[in-house]
Amino acid sequence: MIRLTREPFDPGEALNAFCSQRAATGAVASFVGLARGTGASGPALELEAYPGFTDREIERFVAKAVERFDLQDAGVVHRIGPIGAGEAIVLVMTAAPHRRAAFEACDYLMDYLKSRAPLWKREFGPDGGRWVEPTEGDLADLARWA
Amino acid sequence: MARVLLFGRLADVAGWREREIDPLPDSLCGLRDLLGRDDPLLAEALAGRGVRAALDKALAAGEASLTGVREVAFMPPMSGG
Repeated sequence: MIRLTREPFDPGEALNAFCSQRAATGAVASFVGLARGTGASGPALELEAYPGFTDREIERFVAKAVERFDLQDAGVVHRIGPIGAGEAIVLVMTAAPHRRAAFEACDYLMDYLKSRAPLWKREFGPDGGRWVEPTEGDLADLARWA
Repeated sequence: MARVLLFGRLADVAGWREREIDPLPDSLCGLRDLLGRDDPLLAEALAGRGVRAALDKALAAGEASLTGVREVAFMPPMSGG
């Protein structure tokens, strides 16, 4: 399940829905990314997507994660557009029979989203907007899975 | 004729996000040259590290042909989460 949304979403509600009707699942892992405040007024950041491409690419990658970690299910909710400080940007959820695969797949999906998902992030600080590109650290995180 | 889309900082550098190009050059390389001809900053940005292209919403490998393509997107390094 992939959802890109311009509206704020409730990570708890989405996680509860993901956890329901899972008699065969032993483990659900989740990660929530929040928009850090920078002290500027207005939105903390803005995310641009390429409709029809971004959703499909993320979907393709989630399918890869499901196969690689033998997941029973995986879900991603990602905000796009302007996002206020403290709001959830991203929610990743993974379901597996046991915890290790669920944890690892969640980590893997976040590393992918940080540096390879077709999204463009602009952070707003006191000096205006700045486009964010993957850091050396982000790329090193991604390389762990190669 | 094709629609050309710019994302992220590429759109900021160019001052536009979407443009119809008619006729469309035969190659991605030709299209980059055309777009950068009157805009050296955009030319430099398009040649920058990590800039990818998508043809009709599929990632392009290297210098793909543009024959029959309706939409070309230039995308700077991606960053979500």
